[in-house]
Amino acid sequence: MNRPLPRWAELVLLPVLNLVLALAVSALVVLAAGQSPRAAFDALVIGSFGSWDSIGYTLFYTTNMAFAGLAVAIAFKAGLFNIGVEGQAAIGGLGVALVCLGLDATLPALILLPLAILGGAAFGAAWGAVPGWLQARRGSHIVITTIMFNFIAAALMVYLLVNVLIEPGQMAPETRRFATGLAKLSAFGFPGRSPVNLALPLALAAALAVWVLVWRTPWGYGLRVVGANPDAANYAGIDQAKRIIVVMAISGALAAGIAVNEVLGTHQKLILNFTGGAGFTGIAVALMGRNHPLGVLLAALLFGALAQGGSELAFEMPELPRDTVVVVQGLVILFTGALGGLLRAPLSRLFPARA
Amino acid sequence: MEGVLDLIVPILAATLRVATPLILAALAGLFSERSGVVDVGLEGKMLAGAFAAAATASVTGDVWLGLGAAILASSALALLHGFACVTLRGSQVVSGMAINVLAAGLTATLALAWFRQGGQTPPLPQGARFPALPLPGAAWIAEVPVLGRLLVGVVGGHTALVYLAVLLVPVAAFVLWRTRFGLRLRACGEAPGAVDAAGVSVAKLRYAGVMIAGVLCGVAGAAISTGQGAGFSTDMTAGRGFIALAALILANWKPWPVLATCLLFGLLDAVAIRLQGVLIPGLGVAFPVQAVQALPYVLTVILLAGFVGRAVAPRAVGIPYVKER
Repeated sequence: MNRPLPRWAELVLLPVLNLVLALAVSALVVLAAGQSPRAAFDALVIGSFGSWDSIGYTLFYTTNMAFAGLAVAIAFKAGLFNIGVEGQAAIGGLGVALVCLGLDATLPALILLPLAILGGAAFGAAWGAVPGWLQARRGSHIVITTIMFNFIAAALMVYLLVNVLIEPGQMAPETRRFATGLAKLSAFGFPGRSPVNLALPLALAAALAVWVLVWRTPWGYGLRVVGANPDAANYAGIDQAKRIIVVMAISGALAAGIAVNEVLGTHQKLILNFTGGAGFTGIAVALMGRNHPLGVLLAALLFGALAQGGSELAFEMPELPRDTVVVVQGLVILFTGALGGLLRAPLSRLFPARA
Repeated sequence: MEGVLDLIVPILAATLRVATPLILAALAGLFSERSGVVDVGLEGKMLAGAFAAAATASVTGDVWLGLGAAILASSALALLHGFACVTLRGSQVVSGMAINVLAAGLTATLALAWFRQGGQTPPLPQGARFPALPLPGAAWIAEVPVLGRLLVGVVGGHTALVYLAVLLVPVAAFVLWRTRFGLRLRACGEAPGAVDAAGVSVAKLRYAGVMIAGVLCGVAGAAISTGQGAGFSTDMTAGRGFIALAALILANWKPWPVLATCLLFGLLDAVAIRLQGVLIPGLGVAFPVQAVQALPYVLTVILLAGFVGRAVAPRAVGIPYVKER
């Protein structure tokens, strides 16, 4: 049995070492692609933090990653692996769009904006709660169900955008633009030109809310007991099924934050695949952030920078696609998640046990 | 009659073609999950196989070398999965997802860097992809009315990998249910403690299950890029790994039902392509093709929830085995 590591090593050293390992292996991949890892790294850093514009874009992507990471993390706390963030975000976008399309002619932006956010959250929550209910009451495994729900959501979105919500007379499968008063969400006052919008402070507030909910309320305590020891939870009279359904709803609502950032904050119309895989990156964010809101925010910043740096990298070095950063993401999931035990054993030998 | 055949023969032929990678990948999942290791990484392994096959076939012009490379690439990822799940006893689902993400990034990066064609391999010429094999005696069989055309049109004219996939179903059934290795492998997925108590290594058997899955996923990938298609393009597996997973669950982790569910999903796909843009008579609206495409996933959810029938997974699947001391 491994000795537990000191807290700082567990929370800081281990994630950093895992990231370094992931970057080192990625450097080998860049070498295999016949490119200079050094140049690629520079392009990544300058591309993500080199100017106000790029910082703005980095923060814009960070917002997606933060919502996705929080969604995965809070479900993890109950011992549930929610792979369905991608689908929940897509359906959340549907909620946002339906509210905007239906009411943007009648309501002022100040009332419409919160309504649209609530609409998105409600739709995302519903799409998360159903797999939660299936797990809690019918015993279907949450991993499989949420994977299936991603594909069902994708098919539903294609159907709706191609056949129902498409702007009449247009070829592209997207809705009409929401009425212009909604641009207020983008009026954020961040220097430079970038799509970063009010969804960013919303994400920070969500992180705080998750922390309070999970670590500072009896409900959150019960949630953590369910995740850490289901038998103990049962014995303590905690209604596991209810916790599972509710936490999956919350997870889905958090996932809808991606829709708020993309659909409401940027595109101002519903388009196909606006999530762009952020839901899956959320798994890496949550693993790296140790399922803690603060860690998730830091990891989100890292992956936001990677997402933005990746597009600049593809621009600077045409031989490398954006997907190069996907390699880094995959390796981070691998090293922090699946191969977590790889570094822990040698590290625990480094630190003498404290009496 | 001829008119009906004109409609049915291409659809059934397409069914068999589309079902091939599904059958191979679902059998891969069958071996892995029967040994107790969850495999949500079928998609990533297939994608790696598809790229390795197309890249090698494109460079060497030899389709069999491509198949070998596909098996190697997919097996390397399987070995990683085995190391994470069996040796380190890490989370099997996380490892599978990591492999999916990693394969998506790796194949896209290397495809662009090596071939400079926007993430694709050059179109493969004849010889660098699997040829369609004519049915022996096709000209003679075709003389038989109706049945002859069905036989020649549906069963004949496929690549070797299509026949291999179908042939592997009885092989898998035999290996898993009629051999000592199969019995032990399945026991690892149900009661690993008992296998251990009998003095047989659970780790070795689980590695075997995971590696067989690696080989089969490699063949599935080669079938996609060098059998069905003529080259690799980014993300070309397009979720087939997850459809295969759905087929495996729907088939209750049994080989013959796996063939049935994969053929069903293949049929759905072939029909969906035909229905694209077709208007429903009387209503004048386009047929909701997406509903047909989503059906495999919906069926899986319904079955898993036990509303109709019940899918029972191997009891120890997903749980790392810790040897008692």
